[in-house]
Amino acid sequence: MNNRTSPLMRAYLLVFLLYLFLPLLIMGLATFNDSRFPTITPWNAFTLKWFDALFADGKMWEALWSSFVIGLGVVVLAVPTGVSAALLLQSVHRRTRTVLYGVMVSPLLTPGVIIGISTLIFWRERFGIGGGPLLTIIAQASFISGYVMLMVAARLERFDRTLEEAALDLGATQGTVFRRITLPYLAPSLIAAAFLAFLQSFENYNTTMFVRGVDTTLTVYIASKVRTGVTPAVNALGLILIGLTILGALFHELRRRKASPA
Amino acid sequence: MTLLFRRHGWPLGVAMLLIVAFWIIVQVVLPQILMIDFSFRPNLLPSEIGGPKDAYTLRNYETLWANDVHFAIFVKTIAASAVVTLLTLVVCYPIAFHLAYELKGPKAARLMLVLVIPFWINEILRTFAWYIVLAYAGPLNALLVGIGVLDEPMRFLDGNGGVMVGMVYAYLLFMVFPLYNAIESLDPAQVEAARDLGASWGRIHRRVIIPHAKPGIATGCIMVFMLAAGSYAVPALLGSPNSRWFTEIIYNWFFEGGNWNQGAAYAFILLLLCVGFIFAMMRLFRVSLGELTR
Amino acid sequence: MTAAVEIDHVTQRFGDFTAVHDASLTIEAGEFFSFLGPSGCGKTTLLRLVSGFMDPTEGRIAIGGKDMRGIGPNKRPTAMIFQNLALFPLMSVAENIAFGLEVRGLGKAERRRRADELLDLIALPGQGDKKVSELSGGQRQRVAIARALAVEPAVLLLDEPLSALDLKLRQHMRAELRAIQKRTGVTFIYITHDQGEALAMSDRVAVMRAGHIEQVASPTELYDRPATGFVAGFVGETNRIAGRLLQGAAGYGVLETAFGPLSARFDGSDGSGHALYVRPERLSLGDAGTGNRLKATLDSSAFEGAHLLVSARLGDGSPLVVQVPNAGQPFTVAPGQDFTVSFTADDAIILAGEG
Repeated sequence: MNNRTSPLMRAYLLVFLLYLFLPLLIMGLATFNDSRFPTITPWNAFTLKWFDALFADGKMWEALWSSFVIGLGVVVLAVPTGVSAALLLQSVHRRTRTVLYGVMVSPLLTPGVIIGISTLIFWRERFGIGGGPLLTIIAQASFISGYVMLMVAARLERFDRTLEEAALDLGATQGTVFRRITLPYLAPSLIAAAFLAFLQSFENYNTTMFVRGVDTTLTVYIASKVRTGVTPAVNALGLILIGLTILGALFHELRRRKASPA
Repeated sequence: MTLLFRRHGWPLGVAMLLIVAFWIIVQVVLPQILMIDFSFRPNLLPSEIGGPKDAYTLRNYETLWANDVHFAIFVKTIAASAVVTLLTLVVCYPIAFHLAYELKGPKAARLMLVLVIPFWINEILRTFAWYIVLAYAGPLNALLVGIGVLDEPMRFLDGNGGVMVGMVYAYLLFMVFPLYNAIESLDPAQVEAARDLGASWGRIHRRVIIPHAKPGIATGCIMVFMLAAGSYAVPALLGSPNSRWFTEIIYNWFFEGGNWNQGAAYAFILLLLCVGFIFAMMRLFRVSLGELTR
Repeated sequence: MTAAVEIDHVTQRFGDFTAVHDASLTIEAGEFFSFLGPSGCGKTTLLRLVSGFMDPTEGRIAIGGKDMRGIGPNKRPTAMIFQNLALFPLMSVAENIAFGLEVRGLGKAERRRRADELLDLIALPGQGDKKVSELSGGQRQRVAIARALAVEPAVLLLDEPLSALDLKLRQHMRAELRAIQKRTGVTFIYITHDQGEALAMSDRVAVMRAGHIEQVASPTELYDRPATGFVAGFVGETNRIAGRLLQGAAGYGVLETAFGPLSARFDGSDGSGHALYVRPERLSLGDAGTGNRLKATLDSSAFEGAHLLVSARLGDGSPLVVQVPNAGQPFTVAPGQDFTVSFTADDAIILAGEG
């Protein structure tokens, strides 16, 4: 099929890939430049001091902890919600299903700021609860549950329901059927959904900005550092996060390839 | 609903129903309704609530027309988001076409993986990368001055240009995927037939591929426009006081102006803008809602 | 354990559609009972009613004398072999077999022991730790049976279990199932659309069509004395000759047909659309002098080893199939030629209703 690709297209592809990766590369390289403002021009000297600056930053660790706790909270809320929603959708009439599905998916299409705003107003006006970690978890979960639901529903679609009937027929209670037959089948998608939920929560900015109160997540911290006093310590943090992301992605991809050699 | 209990039993069924009800009602529907309701109420002190001043009003919406600065920013946000959408479409179309039509099997999967990798990274970090590139003392300026295109560095980060470039970069994938799916579903034999009949590639794209890919184009445009118009992070990092975004004004109503009702009104206007854009796209490309759902 | 199953005036409706229409019969304890009929006749619905996945719209189902209404499939003394077997893919063979025991709270050692016993019973000794996906179709079949037998049901329900197997395996499994049933004494309720299967394995068969039970009888009785035209045509091969009933008395009747009057067994049932049914193997070549005679024109003949299958046409063009035993004499009729067949009144039966 390579003879289909004109040289013009090849050139465009190259430029496109450069456009995608070059900024990231520059950002990574700037971590090691001994310059107060993150840049690679001019290149002063190779240094690792920005990593030290990063690890010494107490506020960064606080923000990291906050992101972690909120992420965990979102997983705890969104995964059971998504699973319940996926199972519920299978057990309702077609017309109800369409409407429900639409409502469940709507937060995924709504701008993040609107989700943040509506959650903030609702909880402050109705329950007197203001911005903070709890509200952040609730706001983020409102759309992350949708992602979980989609992932679980996809796996559930290929589930052989007669397995549940067979288990019932052999004397199992419905709870046992769920625990021993349905959940183990769904387990791979649950684990994947949990990871996705955590990552989505971790990187969220638009919604979090409205519901965080005085709390700071790592992403919020990075953004604020960029606007007020940026140093390559931010690059150092970015490089570490990118490294972890790529490692995680490679790990996931290798595991997937091992499971289904295709 | 009885099917749910028949399948899972009462304890489990009730638990599931309650969890989903909490999600739908408390997390999704009610906050939205309350926000809209809030936008039609005036900004009152706690003591005034329930009193004579507590009546529905359109005042919060009138503010946008009355305030020239806000209105200008609102219009600019729409226009700039439209430009971003168009730019993203133009940039992504060749890639989507190459991926869908010219590559097959493992090669396509590999390129797909390569394209997706940047998008696993935090949007804030990716935007920050552009912050460094576009900086006054940054590498782009150094390059342009160095090869003589510019006499002196340009302030890319002062004004809308930087913000728009950052948005195109941030939301690329949301255009590539719908386009890819749409083009991929085209029967290659149609293109072969057109070539066989003597059509040039320009004509083939115009008359065969693009019409088929309309739902994908519409979906991609909708996604990118909504992300751009509702974007808070990118203008925050790459923008300047000269290039405020509508979302920033909304934020200020909440956390600097202290008028949540006003903020809610602006937020609802933003929501209406997005919904309106969806319908405009559907009309423009003559696609129905069913065709859009990927 | 074994029990009788009573189906008492059971009707099952799904919205406007009636799947089972006022079915009543009793399946004896320890019986191998089959429901036979084409797709959509209601046999699967009846099986699901007995197993407890739904309660009948009207009527009563009792197992061992106890009314089963409101009692779910996990509480009934039944176990089912599903058409797609429904073996748990994430569990080993032994875990599958022992699942019902695990649910009943049996200890690990005891479960292992019972599973091994059953593995011996189904001739798969020592295969307990294998994954289900490693087994062949026939082996999986047997694991499904072992899993169901492990819970010692009073009634075993089998939903067309052999339909996915190849011919040789199917025939082998028929004998196996029969042997297991005889050995354990469990009541078997078997549903199938394959009449050869039903006849070969069952003590009694219920023939169903469009939600109605046409006849309940032993295989020989179904074959020799079908109660309706449908049964006569569905069970085994038959020739059908329409006519008008002239007279009927004392177990015999005369049908006026296009080929003259024909006499056959007749139970005196009223109705319209009477026809005479005679099986291909009951027709003898040649004119016997007395009894019924038919003249036919030969289409073709097929040598099938033990017999010759002759396809012919009667005077009005309708088909006639004759099965001629291979007794050593050559068949000298050529295609297009006429020949005569004879049969006595005892060889045929007159039934009302369409075929």
